[in-house]
Amino acid sequence: MRENLRVFFIGGYLSYRALFNWMHWSYYIPTMLGAPVFQILFFAYIGRYAQVESDEFFVVGNAVQLSAMAGIYGMAMTVGGERWTQTLSPLLATPANRLPLFLGRALPLIANGIITSAFAFFVGWLLLDFELTWSEIPALAVVIAVSAFSCTALGLVVGALGLRMRDVFFLANFVVYALLLFCGVNIPLDTLPGWMQDVANRLPLTHGIEAARAIANGSSLSDVSGLVWTELGIGAAYAAAAFLLFKLFELEGRRRASFETI
Amino acid sequence: MKTLRLIWVGWKFHVKSLTLSGFFILTSVLQPIIFASVAYFMFQAGAREGTLLYVALGAGMMGIWSSTLFGSGGAIQWQRWQGTLEYCIAVPPPFLLVIVPLTLATATIGLYSLTATLVWGRLFFDVPLHVAHPVAFIVALPVTVVGLGLLGLILASTFIMYRNANALSNLLEYPVWLATGLLVSLSLLPVWVGPISWVLAPTWGINALRDAAIAGNAWPEIGMCLLLSAVYLVIGYFALQHFERLARERATLTLT
Repeated sequence: MRENLRVFFIGGYLSYRALFNWMHWSYYIPTMLGAPVFQILFFAYIGRYAQVESDEFFVVGNAVQLSAMAGIYGMAMTVGGERWTQTLSPLLATPANRLPLFLGRALPLIANGIITSAFAFFVGWLLLDFELTWSEIPALAVVIAVSAFSCTALGLVVGALGLRMRDVFFLANFVVYALLLFCGVNIPLDTLPGWMQDVANRLPLTHGIEAARAIANGSSLSDVSGLVWTELGIGAAYAAAAFLLFKLFELEGRRRASFETI
Repeated sequence: MKTLRLIWVGWKFHVKSLTLSGFFILTSVLQPIIFASVAYFMFQAGAREGTLLYVALGAGMMGIWSSTLFGSGGAIQWQRWQGTLEYCIAVPPPFLLVIVPLTLATATIGLYSLTATLVWGRLFFDVPLHVAHPVAFIVALPVTVVGLGLLGLILASTFIMYRNANALSNLLEYPVWLATGLLVSLSLLPVWVGPISWVLAPTWGINALRDAAIAGNAWPEIGMCLLLSAVYLVIGYFALQHFERLARERATLTLT
């Protein structure tokens, strides 16, 4: 147990530091804080131009969606980075339990997602027609944390596929953009075709965004508890799937000797 | 004649080379399709009257800008990583003539985006593909690509001074989409955005394409695109010279 906790916390911390070894602050600020500002403005202005929904709709949708960015790109970069620096084989040669090994890498990314999301809400409040009362913030923080978790769980699936695929960054890009299309980030869910709504209900973010919008409209956390639990359940399902995929692709990778292929 | 041949051969080589990159092609096609779909749904859900061809062209141009931004922004860095930058600089032709075909090629690859968003829009969103002034449209297309390609030259020659050029590319994608009015009328944006949009080729390129496709006179915008291209070429020439001199002085040509 102690060893697993050590792998979870220290392994995760070292991996996160390594991530920022190639992800310098001069990379972090424009990518994780700068780009989100313009993403929110871009969609809010399209909304104004197309005369669809209010600024609040776009601020909440995009701010919650941005918590996905850290989790999905971060996990892709973690596995892709290990492959690029040729440390993936030594990592997988260790006897460490895979569950804390990879979940530990996910934890700092969840925190990162929360920071990006909070910053996006702040920017939305500062630059657009969006108001938030102090009493709404704790409930919103819970929803953001749960959404960041579920998105990072999806990021774990992407990372697991990175054990098999040579170019995991393409997949990460595709997943982030697909969430933007399906999860009601900028499009009212009820205007999407039925099959897209079905897909959306099985993806992380959808329920988190819906809960966050309800809270911004005055609902309490208990009012949206069903949505929050669903979001959490979806995240747990993706985390479980990721664990199985990591196991499967690790075996595959050993058989095919493909861990060092770049 | 030699110059034209060099540009032609270089452009052909780089278009082929970029076309072989699965990542580049899929990003050029898939990303614009997803953004176009988001835009189609938003405009369909909204109350604004108008043709979806406006949206399709804007979303396609978003793809051309992304392709130019990431392709040209990282062009010199990529040559560095591959270890070919010294050869590119050491060959007898001016470095400008080696890089321009590359930046033009990245903008050309963006045409996949425009084609993809138009076809996607036609197939799934009933976007009308009727072009009001075909001649102007056919002229506007390459002129826009050249405009963006030469803007890419400036990106290529200035981003090299910044170690994390990718981060700058990530940062500049959305603001240029917004400031050049690709999906939003510029009249909705703050007044100070106007002058910024005027010096960016995508503004004139998209206006030319929309005027040619929907209605209006595209020729003044085509002229502005050509004028801006000439300005970008001059700026790019001096920026490249400056970079080359600095890199030689500091012996940083091969540093990655």
